[in-house]
Formats: sequence, C-alpha cells, structure tokens
Amino acid sequence: MATSDKLIQVKNLKKHYNEGVIKAIDDVTVDINRGDVMVVIGPSGSGKSTFLRSLNLLEVPDSGSIIFEGVDITQPKGPDGKKLNLDVHRQKMGMVFQHFNLFPHKTILQNMTLAPMKVKGLPQAEAEAKALELLGRVGLADRANAYPIQLSGGQKQRVAIVRALAMEPDVMLFDEPTSALDPEMVGEVLDVMKELAAAGMTMVVVTHEMGFAREVGNRVLFMADGKLLEEGSPEDIFEHPQNPRLKDFLSKVLR
Amino acid sequence: MLTSKGFEAAFSYWQLFLQGVVCTVSLSALTVVLGFILALLLAVCRMGRARLLRILAAAYVELFRATPMIVQVFIIYYVVFNGVKVLPGVKLFGFIRFDRFFPAVVALALNSGAYLSEIIRSGIQSVDGGQTEAARSLGLNAVQTMRFVVLPQAIKNILPAIANEFVTIIKESAICYTIGVQDIMSAVNAVKGATYRTGEALIIATVLYFCLTYPTSKIIEHFERKMRRGDIR
Ligand SMILES: Nc1ncnc2c1ncn2[C@@H]1O[C@H](COP(=O)(O)OP(=O)(O)OP(=O)(O)O)[C@@H](O)[C@H]1O
Ligand SMILES: [Mg+2]
Repeated sequence: MATSDKLIQVKNLKKHYNEGVIKAIDDVTVDINRGDVMVVIGPSGSGKSTFLRSLNLLEVPDSGSIIFEGVDITQPKGPDGKKLNLDVHRQKMGMVFQHFNLFPHKTILQNMTLAPMKVKGLPQAEAEAKALELLGRVGLADRANAYPIQLSGGQKQRVAIVRALAMEPDVMLFDEPTSALDPEMVGEVLDVMKELAAAGMTMVVVTHEMGFAREVGNRVLFMADGKLLEEGSPEDIFEHPQNPRLKDFLSKVLR
Repeated sequence: MLTSKGFEAAFSYWQLFLQGVVCTVSLSALTVVLGFILALLLAVCRMGRARLLRILAAAYVELFRATPMIVQVFIIYYVVFNGVKVLPGVKLFGFIRFDRFFPAVVALALNSGAYLSEIIRSGIQSVDGGQTEAARSLGLNAVQTMRFVVLPQAIKNILPAIANEFVTIIKESAICYTIGVQDIMSAVNAVKGATYRTGEALIIATVLYFCLTYPTSKIIEHFERKMRRGDIR
C-alpha cells in the first residue's frame, strides 16, 4: 500500500512551553505517506504526545506548518481565502487516547453515532447500522447498549478505535493506546490495530510496544528532547541504531 | 410567653401568611430563573476568549459575593429604582405590590447569578478535558461539544449545588420585607403590630419556611439519585 503519496507534511514544527524553557517540539520536519504505519518512540517527556496532538491541532504549534491533504491547517485561512474550518479536517483524522475518553453518559452505540449524525448529518438508522457493523468487527456488537463503565479497559479501547473509524478517517492517530491497560488486555487492542494496518489504514502510533513497532510499523521515528533524532525502517532503528541516545534508549527498553 | 390564645390570635391573620407564602415562592422562583440565565452568561464570559469580558465577569462575581445582601437590596431599591418612584403601582395576584416586588427580584437575581455562575463554571471545569479532546477530534465543533458532551456531564455534577442555592434564595429572600415586599416576614411584622404576638408569629413563619425549603431539597435529592442510578445502570 505504501506509496510516495504524501498525506501529512510536517514542516519545521515548534512548540515551546514556559516561555521557551521547555522545547516540547524542536524543529521537526517529516512526511507521512498514505498507507504508512509510523511508530513514534522515545523516552518520557521527549515530545511524542505533543507531536501527535499537533497533527490534528489539539495542540497549536508556535511555528511551522502541518499540511494535511494539501491544506496547511495551521493557517487561519484556507486555500479558498475563507476562514479555515478546522473541524472539517479534524474529522478525517481519527484519534485514540491513552485513557479512551469514551463519553460516560452515552451508550456504546450513542458514543459511535454522535459524530456521524451531528457532524456528517447521517440519518440515525444509517449511523447505527454502520456502528453495529464496526462493533461486530471488534467482537463487541452485543455490547452496543451498554455504558462505557460496564466495559473492561480493553473493550473500551476497542470501542474508542471503532468510534473514530465511524467517521471514515484518512489517518488514525494513537497516543499510547495500550499504556493504561492491564497486561492481559494489551493483545486484543494490538490485534485490532494490526488488522487496521493490514487493511491499509495510514497510522501514526506513539507506543512503548517495541514488538508492535517491529512487526507492524513500516517506519519508526525516534524522538528525544523534542527533536526527531533518527528515522528509519524498523530494521534500521532496532538492528542498526546510529544515534547514541537511541542506542541508550533501546538498551533500556529491550532488556 | 407562647400561649394557645396567642397562636389563635396570630392565626386569625392566616390570609396574610398565605399571601406571604405566595409572595416568597414567586420571588424565589423568579430569582432562580433569572439568576440562572445571568449565571450562564457570566460563566460563558469568564471562560471565554475575550479578556475584557473575563475581567468584568470576574469583578462582578467577586463584588456580589463580597458584600452583604441587604446592602445590595437597598442599593437596587433606593438608588437604582429610586425608592419605587419610577415603577408602575401594579399589583400581582391582586396584592403583591410590583414596585416593591420587582426591585427585590432584580437584587436577588443579581446576587444569586454571581453564586450560580461559580457553580456552573466549576461544573464545566469538573468534566475531564479528555472529553472535549475526544469530541473535537471526532470533528464536533465547540458548541456541539459543549452541548452534547460537556454540559450533560457538568449539570449532573452541579445539581446538588444548584438545589442548595435555591434553598438559600428562599431563606435569604426574607430580607426583602425591609423594602416592603409582602413576603412571609412581612406577615410576621404585620401580625406583631396588630396583636403583639411576636413569638407565635415567628414560630408560624419558621414552620412555613421549613415547609418550603425541606421538600425542595428532598425533591431535588430524589432527582439526583435517579440521575446517579442512570450512571451505573
Ligand atoms: N501543557 C503543558 N505545559 C507545560 N509543559 C508541557 C505541557 N505539555 C507538555 N509539556 C512538556 O513538554 C514536554 C513534552 O511532553 P510530551 O507529553 O509531548 O512528552 P511524551 O514524549 O509524550 O512523554 P510520555 O512518554 O511521558 O507521554 C515535556 O517536558 C512536558 O513536560
Ligand atoms: Mg505522551
């Protein structure tokens, strides 16, 4: 699936906190191609989350640009000269969070149909049929009328993934999707992500699961201190690391 | 001291007490509605992007929370409405003097708006930021996110505090007899003047206030329990 078709171009991205004392992202430039499964690794506080959250502008960068499907979404105005409607672009980028962030006052089905109905204007019946089909794919169709509180962590995260998929995004962003899970539930979530990758979805995944990075990723980014220090295929990164920071990091996580 | 004769004498003015109850209830109910609308506006200003509005709303809230209610009522009545001269002398329900009642509603609503806005603000802030992030990343806009995701959760969190404020308003509205509003306290005053049965009149007033506030808090507690049950289901 991987072609050279650029889906997201990140150019000279910078994000500082505390008047520049903390450089959460320090001049990062990278292209994400359609069909890529890009895994972002690095030590805690290296800026992985900030980078990922900048892609859909949950975090507004201080400078640099994010060009998504040809449109620079960091600009106040779109290519047509009118005010840029960020929501239009955001709905094409699904996001999965460490803590699931399901809506607790809504059933699983309502969680999944809210955005398709309110944002895309899908009729309820259609939105529900689609939601049930997606839930079936992750083995949770029978939980459609349950509330999030009634599900296990692994089930919640699978719902969160298909909730994002219900908007038919062009790319899926994952921020440590398995870090809040009990170990026995990590596998079921990773399996869903693997299937998604196999189906050709473009994915950017921040994770500490090095096995997943190796097996599923086609590109790996290593970040430290807000900088993109090394980039390559899983083989490059894990078998032939160059940067001493990366070697040090790997020696700690791959014991 | 308190005698059954005294209660009989006080009770013979039951119509005054009844009017007092009607007046106190209308005063409190109107105050809550107007106060809530004002509170929503204040909360939106305080959390909005416009710096000037943020500062003004914050100043308003602090001012009204830091000064005695009776001073606020007197300022509204004597200064703003110039001691009734600017208002029509209509009577609501055939007895409530509008020129006294209206300034009282305004003063109470301005005061409780300040308190309620803090309650609403804390309710909105009590909703996890991840909820907003999830909604926005699905493509919902700011208004949809507030309406479908944040507010439903916020209101559930603040229902007890709003109920509390309603009960507080019923009690504090008693101050309004000082500007001639014919509420329960003003009935006490009239009975006192006519019969000198102050103790008996006050006990009747106590019972009446209790009968208003206690069921109110119980009813809202009931709804609260029901909503909480909905949480677990
Ligand atoms: N809102 C904020 N205010 C101030 N500093 C922040 C803020 N958000 C992030 N930072 C800082 O920016 C840096 C990068 O944070 P980020 O969360 O992106 O790291 P991370 O690589 O995701 O770490 P982890 O593996 O712990 O999740 C850290 O030093 C962090 O303390
Ligand atoms: Mg992080």
